Amino acid sequence: MTQTSTAENAPVRVIRGARIAGGPEETSDIVIRDGVIAAVGSDARAQADAGGVEVIDATGLLALPGLVDLHTHLREPGREDAETVATGARAAAVGGYTAVHAMANTDPVADSAGVVEQVWRLGHDAGYCDVRPVGAVTRGLRGQQLAELGAMADSVAGVRVFSDDGVCVSDALLMRRALEYVKAFGGVIAQHAQEPRLTEGAQMNEGVVSDRLGLGGWPAVAEEAIIARDCLLAEHVGSRLHICHVSTSGSVQIIRWAKDRGCDVTAEVTPHHLLLTDDLAESYDPVFKVNPPLRTTEDVTALRQALADGTIDSVATDHAPHPVEAKETEWSNAAMGMVGLESALSVVQHTMVDNGLLDWSGVADRMSFAPARIGRVRGHGRPIAPGEPANITLYDAGTTRDIDPAALVSKSGNTPYRSMRLPGRVVATLLRGTPTVLDGKVQ
Amino acid sequence: MRHLLSAGDLSYDEATQVLDTAKELSQLSGHSVKKFPTLRGRTVVNLFYEDSTRTRTSFELAAKRLSADVINFSAKGSSVSKGESLKDSALTLQAMGADGVVIRHSASGAAHRLATWVDGAVVNGGDGTHEHPTQALLDAFTIRERMGDLAGLRVTIVGDVLHSRVARSNVLLLHTLGAEVTLVAPPTLVPVSVHTWPCAVSYRIEDVLPKSDVVMMLRVQAERMKGEFFPTAREYSRRYGLDRERFARLPADAIVMHPGPMVRGMEISAEVADSPRSTVTEQVTNGLSVRMAVLYLLLGGSESAIGNQEAQG
Ligand SMILES: [Zn+2]
Repeated sequence: MTQTSTAENAPVRVIRGARIAGGPEETSDIVIRDGVIAAVGSDARAQADAGGVEVIDATGLLALPGLVDLHTHLREPGREDAETVATGARAAAVGGYTAVHAMANTDPVADSAGVVEQVWRLGHDAGYCDVRPVGAVTRGLRGQQLAELGAMADSVAGVRVFSDDGVCVSDALLMRRALEYVKAFGGVIAQHAQEPRLTEGAQMNEGVVSDRLGLGGWPAVAEEAIIARDCLLAEHVGSRLHICHVSTSGSVQIIRWAKDRGCDVTAEVTPHHLLLTDDLAESYDPVFKVNPPLRTTEDVTALRQALADGTIDSVATDHAPHPVEAKETEWSNAAMGMVGLESALSVVQHTMVDNGLLDWSGVADRMSFAPARIGRVRGHGRPIAPGEPANITLYDAGTTRDIDPAALVSKSGNTPYRSMRLPGRVVATLLRGTPTVLDGKVQ
Repeated sequence: MRHLLSAGDLSYDEATQVLDTAKELSQLSGHSVKKFPTLRGRTVVNLFYEDSTRTRTSFELAAKRLSADVINFSAKGSSVSKGESLKDSALTLQAMGADGVVIRHSASGAAHRLATWVDGAVVNGGDGTHEHPTQALLDAFTIRERMGDLAGLRVTIVGDVLHSRVARSNVLLLHTLGAEVTLVAPPTLVPVSVHTWPCAVSYRIEDVLPKSDVVMMLRVQAERMKGEFFPTAREYSRRYGLDRERFARLPADAIVMHPGPMVRGMEISAEVADSPRSTVTEQVTNGLSVRMAVLYLLLGGSESAIGNQEAQG
């Protein structure tokens, strides 16, 4: 597809008859000119020129602000057999995303201006969505010395989110310094909270199921202890902290407590931690092996509640593609992670909306506004209103679909929702007015 | 019963059937019947990713006594050691038309995975720190031979429960058979959710021994030292080892079991291991009968092979 800088030459588009998430009950038309929303309203269509107008029929569809993902693994450079920036960005577009953050644990690690610029450029050239590189906190993710955070911030990639995701910044002093240092350019440290010593040889959530299956236990406290420590550190130095993929009920309590104290902490939860539980490991099928591990029903309930009440600010996919051979093996030898970009919105509808925990304006907040705010992503996470960039996702919440790994746009098929029926379907995604997806198909 | 993956899959009736069958087979073997034709023309593959001459030999002999063709795939000197994946091995076995596969693997769940990839019956010959169901069956068989019905028997399992596949399988099977199981270990070597298991737990071996009909000592691997599970081997031995003094606290007819290989001096003293109340060598003999019974019941189909065996050689 062509890059969206050609938006000036793009036709005027009218999205007709959509219901805007958080908007009025009646349907609206959305007029888009030069990549920007020109008018919104039940009679906005009249404001479009009669000729040269492209109409997207959105009857019965929901219009959401283009989704923003704080946490994806696009694998390039280094593991192009699992995913590339281009294939990952396409998968993101199919999932309704207009901006994604690409984690730094590539090979080479995104710990320098050179690598983050490379990833940014690959995303820019692919054009399916805006790819925002995440910079590593420490050189080579080794947890010993800070990477050149300032150089990555000042690069063309404009990095604002820094993370050693995949491993924890476990050294308390280094974490303190990182939190302090990124204040100079409005950055945030996104912590993968996993106390390394407590998780040596860990394979799955430590509890009844791990004990029965004889798989190394991954205790909740390994996550919670780091979150508690980092909240206290962030509060002490007055820095912004983001917690990746919160997975336990105890973590929720600590974050709630820290926010009450005034700590500037934000948090994300993955779709899979909102739906799946550790008993799925009983099949020993590593498609359910993920970091952090699937937890218990009690944890799932707490996470849903926390996302509903805002203790957890956002949903992030932690999209983690792996080739077949990394999963078709013994559990303990298998790679951790699951793909999630193309199913995230459906899982959120299923776990949060259909049961009344969150309304669609809440979904717009947790999947677009909040992540854009946390990642300082300009031009995304904006309301569907005149003058705003036309980043829009059209979603059919009234349908269902069976998840088929072979039908995914991602290069990898390691979805835990295989043969599961989920509600909803992304019909179209518009990036600055240009459809990246139409009728569910990549453009 | 299509596979034997977990001792927990066996109902009381199924477990009893295995033990009864093993008993019949052992009696017949005792009357110079060396081979039964039951599994003639069937192929049993021993897929061993972990070195265990004892278990592999036991399964091999069991299959041969039932006239099966046996193929050994062991980790050393085969494609297995050259990084061939479990999936690829499974496809090879499938192509060979294996009727039964005995798998021993260092990864928990390897037998479950294999069972999803092959049509033949899978017998879990020990998977990581998960289970070792035929060990539990031979232990139950040994107890039954010595003590009679397991119902109400007090069985104490001592040692590294956390990492023990023998303990997991035994807790499940012995509970199914009506025994009262107590686990004894330092708190570091007991799973965190052990209170959900069908057994009692004690940290003090002295308290439990006088109330035990059977004591099963588990192996404690030296590598556990690195994980800081206990301060020193000497302290472990002092607090949890079965020495002569502790042995004397047992009721007079109680027996001592060990799945082998033993670390003499650490978890069990030589005198105890060699005592007539130790069942260590019987366990090996009984292992053969129990594994024959398992292979027979899994692969023998509905025909009653025991009823019409022909004496051979
Ligand atoms: Zn992570």
